[in-house]
Amino acid sequence: MGFLGMYNYWMAIIIMMIGFYGVIAKRNLIKQVIALGLFQTGVFLFYVTMGVYRAADGTPGVAPIWKAIGDGFTKDPGPYDNPLPHVLMLTAIVVSVSTLAVAVAIIVNIKRAYGTIEEDEIIEAELRGEGPALTVNEMPSGVWSAATSAMAMTLTELDAEASTVGEARE
Amino acid sequence: MIGLDPTLVPVLGMAAQFVADLAIAFSGLFDALLALFPHGGHVPAVATGPAGGDDLLSFNLPVLVVILPLFGGLIASMLPGRDAPWAWACAVSAAVFALALKLIDAVNLAPDGVIDYNLGAWPAEYGIALKVDHLNSYIILIVALIAFLTTVYARHSVADEIPDDRHRFFWAVWLLALTGLVGITATGDTFNIYVLLEISSLTVYTLIAMGKSRDRRALTASLKYLIIGSIGATFILLGIGYLLMLTGTLNMADMHDQLVQAVNDPNFEGRRTLFVAFAFLIAGLSLKMALWPLHMWLPDAYTFAPSAVSAFVAATATKVGVYMAFRFIFTIFGGVYASEASLMALTICASFGIILSSLQAIRAANVKRVLAYSSVGQLGYIVLGFSLGTREGVTASVIHVFNHAVIKGGMFMALGCVALRLGGTEMRHIRGLFKRMPWTTGALTLGGLGLVGFPLTSGFISKWYLLQAAWAEGLWVAVGVVVVGGLLALIYVWRIVEAAWFTDPDPELQSLSVKREAPLGMLIPTWVLAGAVLYFGLDGGFTVGTAEKAADILLGLSGDLTGALGGAG
Repeated sequence: MGFLGMYNYWMAIIIMMIGFYGVIAKRNLIKQVIALGLFQTGVFLFYVTMGVYRAADGTPGVAPIWKAIGDGFTKDPGPYDNPLPHVLMLTAIVVSVSTLAVAVAIIVNIKRAYGTIEEDEIIEAELRGEGPALTVNEMPSGVWSAATSAMAMTLTELDAEASTVGEARE
Repeated sequence: MIGLDPTLVPVLGMAAQFVADLAIAFSGLFDALLALFPHGGHVPAVATGPAGGDDLLSFNLPVLVVILPLFGGLIASMLPGRDAPWAWACAVSAAVFALALKLIDAVNLAPDGVIDYNLGAWPAEYGIALKVDHLNSYIILIVALIAFLTTVYARHSVADEIPDDRHRFFWAVWLLALTGLVGITATGDTFNIYVLLEISSLTVYTLIAMGKSRDRRALTASLKYLIIGSIGATFILLGIGYLLMLTGTLNMADMHDQLVQAVNDPNFEGRRTLFVAFAFLIAGLSLKMALWPLHMWLPDAYTFAPSAVSAFVAATATKVGVYMAFRFIFTIFGGVYASEASLMALTICASFGIILSSLQAIRAANVKRVLAYSSVGQLGYIVLGFSLGTREGVTASVIHVFNHAVIKGGMFMALGCVALRLGGTEMRHIRGLFKRMPWTTGALTLGGLGLVGFPLTSGFISKWYLLQAAWAEGLWVAVGVVVVGGLLALIYVWRIVEAAWFTDPDPELQSLSVKREAPLGMLIPTWVLAGAVLYFGLDGGFTVGTAEKAADILLGLSGDLTGALGGAG
């Protein structure tokens, strides 16, 4: 199969990557969830493509149904598409829809609690300081704690970066 | 104050009896259904009867632990009021715990230590097969034990933190989360793992978001976990997809056999596909088990979740993630593709995780957050163990899965008691805690000693085995990381211990009554786990023995793990 033969796989990867980019880059929660759905849709396309049969001369596979001929189900339909990945994707679509439902429910609650669904504004609202601080802000006394908290402070910045790293490592 | 309402005892008894009846009825139903499929024949295990008995209950054990909480959860959503759904959840989780104990027994009695259960009597290659061995039954026991104790514990805590009209849904979702966690562990089918993983994840997101009535940041924490968790699960789905392309099967054992055959064939063209599958699976699993640097969802999620949920999820969810990693890395990829380099990458991530998250635990002001960061660090120990790829390493890892679940579950439960009585878990609430809640302080301290790995606690046993394993490998950096990690743990635990035992209560909180211990219904489960920290520190026979058997299963299947069979990519 050449480049065009792999067309569906290329599209699956492109859709997935568009979604993945959206999840990381978009600051609007609804857009993030849409991107997440796109990401999962890419995987569905990947699975569905995997099950499709093509003979060497390009003849497509048929539905895997035994044909009724004369007195019984005797005729083998010939090379057929594998139904297993397709069935799996029915389940995965249900999972994806449920994820979407839970996500949207949480976002509705976020809108009620914060009055916004923009991530930046939510972070700003938190920084304005409703609710207690999560980390110790003043430098604690003692050599050990001073050294460790200084290290930890630089590391929190590292962490902020690390949170966006999700791609596969080798 | 007595934790259990006296009027509730007969209700509980009746509920437990009903669940038992239900279990038997279910198994009867299953047998009736099996008879409807003449082509399937009978499940092979029927003939022997795994637990020595051939009654319906013991024969259907592997599936019952999964479907009991599933249907139990649906029923819980229909019960009225506050106490009825809780009592029902207690009964169901008690039944699951009892079945998990029976399952351990059954696995020990089974001739080769494995129970196969084919749903609907379809052959394993076509249908869904459950496969329970020493490793599964042990993880199921951990999950069921923690679920049972946290359910009993949660009554007052949930009444305090969740609005009254939400209780039945809370318990329904709680039992569904249990279904997912137990299901992942019991199944032998990779796609089934994905579906059950999503069941457990979706329910855990919901449970965490339930913390919104106390702190609205629970919502953002939950959504963050949802997005990161879904990406992780989708990576796992993609990895499974590549494996399905290569083998055409979803059954783990079958997949392994076919892959071994394939890589031994010199003309095998899918080595690159194999490598991609491995990479996606490891990335997805690392997200799910919160391995550094993919752990960023965890601290917020554990901090803002309702107290009972923190205890339940912290002790079980990441452990089940580790179990999945065992299955994928050893059972499927063992002897197929597991290069030194990929395991070394895990070792490096684990080492960084141990050190860096311990540093952040030292800096956190909320004690729940301290424990959450400490969870990332402790997970580092677990990953460090199995990434050594030796029998000793895997043993240490499996031991620590149990010990950390017990320690962290107990500590989060103790913090739930603090949150109930003092309204929060900031450092200022912990100050002078001993004068207010001596028993809670005791449990918290015992757990803390376990985290440090103090001798006579169960944490010591796992650290000891881990050190030995790293030593035997000659991995001096890993030895150093374990020691330094222990010292850092000493610092953050000492902060809690010092505040609790040696300072006076916060003047602003002085108005709260001087001494008011948590209700017994919460203290007893907390102390059961705190006692377990001591017990398994004195007698490691059960954990070590089971872990060694589990390591044999994991490595035995793969033979030479880092053998020359790999070489993809």
